[in-house]
Amino acid sequence: MPKRKGIDKVLVIGSGPIVIGQSAEFDYSGSQACASLRAEGVEVVVVNSNPATIQTDREIADIVYTEPLRADFLEQIIEREKPQGLIATMGGQTGLNLAKELHDSGILRKHGVELLGTGIEAIETAEDRGKFKQLMQRLGEPIPQSVAANSFGEAEEFARKHGFPLILRPAFTLGGTGGGIARDWEGFRHLMELGFALSPTHQVLVEESVLGWGEFEYEVMRDSYDNCITICNMENIDPMGVHTGESVVVAPSQTLSDDEHQMLRSAALRIIRALGIEGGCNIQFAVNQKTGEYVVVEVNPRLSRSSALASKATGYPIARVAAKIALGLGLHEIQNAVTRSTPAAFEPSLDYVVVKIPRWPFDKMPEASRVIGTQMKSTGETMAIGRTFEEAFGKALRSIEMKVPPIRKEDIRHHLTAPTDLRIYAILQAFKAGMGKEEIHSLTGIHMWFLDRLEAYAKMELRLKREVFGRNLLYEAKRMGYSDEQIARIVGHEAEMIRQMRKKAGIVPVYKMVDTCAAEFEASTPYYYSTYENENESKPSSRRKVVIIGSGPIRIGQGIEFDYCCCHAAFALRQMGIESIMINNNPETVSTDFDTSDRLYFEPLTYEDVMNVIEHEQPEGVIVQFGGQTSINLAQKLHMAGVRILGTQIEGIDIAEDREKFKALLHELGILQPENATAASEEEAVAAASKIGYPVVVRPSYVIAGRGMQIVHDEDQLRRYIGEAVEVSEKRPVLIDKYIDRAVECEIDGVADGERLFVGGIMEHVERAGVHSGDANNVVPCVKLKPEVQRKILEYSDKIALALGTVGAINIQYVVQNDVIYVLEANPRASRTMPFLSKATGIPLVKLATQVIMGRKLHELGFVEMPKLRHYAVKGVVFPFLKLPGSDSVLGPEMKSTGESMGCDAEFSLAFMKALLGANLKIPQGGGVAISLKDGDKERAAPLAQKLQELGYEVYATPTTATFLGANVRLLKKISDGEPNIISEIKKGRIRMVFNTPKKGRVANTDGFKIRRACLENGIPCITNFEACEALVEALAASRGKKPSIRRIDEYGA
Amino acid sequence: MQGELKAVLVLSDGSVFFGKGFGATGRRVGEIVFTTNMTGYEESLTDPSYAGQILVSTYPLIGNYGTCSEWCESRNLQVEGYCVRQLCGTPRHEKSSASLSKRMEEEGIPGIWGIDTRLLVRTIRNAGVMPACLSVYEKEEDTQELLEMAQRLDYSKINFVEKVSVGKATAYGNGGKKVALIDYGVKMGIIRELCNRGCEVTAFPFNTPAEEILSFCPRGVLVSNGPGDPALLAKESAGLRRLRHLPMFGICLGNQLIAQSAGAKTFKLKFGHRGGNHPVLDIAAGKVAITTQNHGFAVDEKSLPGEFVVTHRNLIDGTVEGIAHRELPIFAVQYHPEANPGPCDSKGLFDRFVGML
Repeated sequence: MPKRKGIDKVLVIGSGPIVIGQSAEFDYSGSQACASLRAEGVEVVVVNSNPATIQTDREIADIVYTEPLRADFLEQIIEREKPQGLIATMGGQTGLNLAKELHDSGILRKHGVELLGTGIEAIETAEDRGKFKQLMQRLGEPIPQSVAANSFGEAEEFARKHGFPLILRPAFTLGGTGGGIARDWEGFRHLMELGFALSPTHQVLVEESVLGWGEFEYEVMRDSYDNCITICNMENIDPMGVHTGESVVVAPSQTLSDDEHQMLRSAALRIIRALGIEGGCNIQFAVNQKTGEYVVVEVNPRLSRSSALASKATGYPIARVAAKIALGLGLHEIQNAVTRSTPAAFEPSLDYVVVKIPRWPFDKMPEASRVIGTQMKSTGETMAIGRTFEEAFGKALRSIEMKVPPIRKEDIRHHLTAPTDLRIYAILQAFKAGMGKEEIHSLTGIHMWFLDRLEAYAKMELRLKREVFGRNLLYEAKRMGYSDEQIARIVGHEAEMIRQMRKKAGIVPVYKMVDTCAAEFEASTPYYYSTYENENESKPSSRRKVVIIGSGPIRIGQGIEFDYCCCHAAFALRQMGIESIMINNNPETVSTDFDTSDRLYFEPLTYEDVMNVIEHEQPEGVIVQFGGQTSINLAQKLHMAGVRILGTQIEGIDIAEDREKFKALLHELGILQPENATAASEEEAVAAASKIGYPVVVRPSYVIAGRGMQIVHDEDQLRRYIGEAVEVSEKRPVLIDKYIDRAVECEIDGVADGERLFVGGIMEHVERAGVHSGDANNVVPCVKLKPEVQRKILEYSDKIALALGTVGAINIQYVVQNDVIYVLEANPRASRTMPFLSKATGIPLVKLATQVIMGRKLHELGFVEMPKLRHYAVKGVVFPFLKLPGSDSVLGPEMKSTGESMGCDAEFSLAFMKALLGANLKIPQGGGVAISLKDGDKERAAPLAQKLQELGYEVYATPTTATFLGANVRLLKKISDGEPNIISEIKKGRIRMVFNTPKKGRVANTDGFKIRRACLENGIPCITNFEACEALVEALAASRGKKPSIRRIDEYGA
Repeated sequence: MQGELKAVLVLSDGSVFFGKGFGATGRRVGEIVFTTNMTGYEESLTDPSYAGQILVSTYPLIGNYGTCSEWCESRNLQVEGYCVRQLCGTPRHEKSSASLSKRMEEEGIPGIWGIDTRLLVRTIRNAGVMPACLSVYEKEEDTQELLEMAQRLDYSKINFVEKVSVGKATAYGNGGKKVALIDYGVKMGIIRELCNRGCEVTAFPFNTPAEEILSFCPRGVLVSNGPGDPALLAKESAGLRRLRHLPMFGICLGNQLIAQSAGAKTFKLKFGHRGGNHPVLDIAAGKVAITTQNHGFAVDEKSLPGEFVVTHRNLIDGTVEGIAHRELPIFAVQYHPEANPGPCDSKGLFDRFVGML
């Protein structure tokens, strides 16, 4: 049967902003699905509030909405667009839950929209713990003993019967949010409360623990003909007890015999059949490798992080195929896009090993607990491919780009048993320290086979130290995945010397293809990885070609936005007829999709690995301005090695990054900068700060405890900061800037061609200065800045961009106090806001930058004046605090957000509201709002409270704040003084939103901290910035009584 | 120590691969073929259909879980040699009784590891399967001699079935349904599947006359898998005609022999189908199964007489994967429903056969 009749318009729901547990993988699957649907002649409507997605590009979908992912908005979109079908499985848990809501509330039926592919019943059976259990029992599939508890009593009874430890998982939450291992009654009660609060169905699964069993995953697909295939299986190196998103994962499985593998594969097929999935799904098993028993742990009836990993690990485009299945095509009717000669009904065979390592945010959140478990804390991941486990592992370790803090010998056991994010490093260290394998095994539960491999990897270091360093040993080390730099460090040479030595000895990597079929058939997709073998399969073309350096794993401060930029650069090059060569190692992204670039190298982003590709491909140049800090950091070294950097030259990059040079440049241009100084000792710092005048922003030039920037208000704070958090010396000075208080921050993104600058827009922060630009809500066009100030900003931007010799993208940040403009920084490269601004203005800034980089001029491309928008676009932000117990949701100069949303409307306040809703904030329409403010904010809060009351909210306040708020305020006690207090009233459901601005500085404010955590854990909005509170109240007033409006993104337009 | 052994593989086209040796020392010649199965090395190495061949695993890590009698498809290792990228010397599995290298050493089978097996596979894919010579040695080896040895081998002329079929009729299982299994090099998995379904299976030597088989009063006949060129078994396939009144199920070589018994021809594939991931379409049902494959020859569809119908087709190259007689209860598949190694999707075929008895 060909494609389903009568389906020619389909709605695809995206996953919204990037959060922990829901990262770029859904832009990847969503984009691939859209392209796949369009290839079948279907018109595609996409809704996703995340502007930094390829999926929301007009080239990918026919009709794009960036409205909030909420049922009421969706219904309006459905009403207007009248799609016949909806695909629910491409937008992660967000998309799935929303589709379920649209179904349950009858909206889909009312508008005649059919759920395509996996249906509602399958989704419910897989997601509802009770139904799933019934189905498994009917199939005779073993599952852990469990109860889907709807009340504490039910859960308690089970706990008494089975004893601890128990695994608790709230139903329908994402990335295991709120789940955990209860080892005693206290932990049990805490997790139950949290679980009930977080589960949208108020259900918590209490499950017998299979801690320590091996964890295996199968990616399975099924079509409407009941054909089933498995794409790939994966083995978690961390045994059960650590979320698969938190585990080091290897594909394919390494420790299963064929009969064991087939046992699980057959079970996976039985399950997907019984569920009636039409599309992809992920099935997790736990295996007791002593006895051979297994249990089914979980099924995800949708595309997932694991399916993205499986796609990249095998080359098999799961989302593309799943989308066609949703249209009714059979696996045998779909072509394998990689080989173009075999059908999609085919199971990939790997002839390499894939290792995935998660990237955690603890460097940005030093206060959060590093212990990992059943709830996800990582923000991203990296993948590496090698011909042996050791090689893939070594490549993955350097792809992760993490500065590993030193692990003290006495802490090794802690990291092994807890476990923490540093476990894998602790294991290597344990081996080097001579700890026995059996002991490591008993502490970690990690399978001995993996410990053998890790031991071999660790011991190579000892061999390099002890044995004669000659060709053979060097070759062995390279084959084991050791980098030149690593070897150099061990043997005491310069990395460059090892590189030269290696090349002289003929030890250079070859590139092998990821072809889905282990070379059985010829493949046409140039997707390569390096290894040390004999045959090089990558044959460079003789076309004009350019290398684009990607941005690696997603982390706080370097998110999907940079991947978006890299993709656009590749698309632009393709349009210009220039071959694009992508180097990246993030399996979740569109940039590593098989057809984003002309050639893909799945490689670590170190100088060595990138240079190897360049030497092999001989491109005319390299673009470094789109991959964030990762790529820009390579620029200098590549330049020194004679590689042509395209666009802005090294000198310009250097001036922008070097404080002294940049200061001199601004001085020369007559542009102000907040007063600043560099201090090489604590005393120097104190002297400099008092000269500049408090408050000042301090930051280390070298980070030790993960502590970055901070605003300090007096000498005491400064001394404490230096004492606790940073190392200060001649070589590693502390940087001190005047903090421009009570000011407006803004930034521009633009493209310069060496002669002039085109500015896409001035984005003004909603919050007052002092919040990291990545964490601030941004609005374009400006709301507060006067036209003449804006003009001045454009003028300054022009001067700075040209002085830096900018060719390509540039971002300049300003702070404006009493109409006086100060420059904070200039980055002659793509910024985090470039995708947002592109979407807001409808101008593809990255493509423009790429064209300019390749020699085109702005005037000939027709971009001169900053566009005037007829609407407001607000960038909202999303934070990971809930997922990181111990972290505080206070914002400061250190970036903490993981993702962003976009809200557009004719008025600022309406757009702001949409941005907040788009960022998943549950803004209540009534009920109580608690206000607890710091000095300086209290005094100006009375109008705020009054307005809230006028809107029908009940205002609660803490004692000192209340004195400023006038009458009719419900008084709360301090938490320590008993009830009613904010937390007790939150728990009773009376308070549904909190405005809490924390005291200055980082002094641990226990009450404030408890309040903010209580908000997080009960899923209610907590606004910690006064200007944001004001804007929110404005927005509430403006949107009151109005039906939210929806528009296609290009209807906002410039 | 094993790790010290050297090895060299020489293909008849002159390609030479130097690597490390494992298993036994010595020289072996065979047809070089590759399998894309990622697990199940021991099942493959003990599969009699691999007799006379030197096997290459495309999956690079081999030996991880050791060896165990449960995973064997016949008593002995059947290959002439084994080529892998990375050999695991310290297997980790509860059931493992010996490392792969140890087992190969005990049975006198040489192995080579540390070579670029993907290059080797691409060589075979591009040039087709060819004779090769593998040598594991301690000091030095003469590659020219090995090349000559390889070039002297004519795989298609050798009747490997003689070497792997049972010596005398052997009974398995004690169910009520008597099945005569003509053993051309049967995998234990086939016998196991039949026994599990209540069959009493008697494996007969490949050249047993039809009368002798009939005198055993079987309710059905299973024509087994086995190594080599089916054309060498013209006499045996002709003999199958006399068993035609019985339900008959052919697997792999059995499929080719049943086709041949009806007058069809077979031809040699460029590099065969060996692995566990090929899609096969059941034409009547319109459904796809992922199958285990191990064959170097295929039935020439054009030569298949009208009394037979093609029931299954390989979705990759369109070759015949199954046939059935239009009237008589005879059917056969080119792939391996018994799996071991590989997917178990097609085990229903045994139910079908047993249902016909």
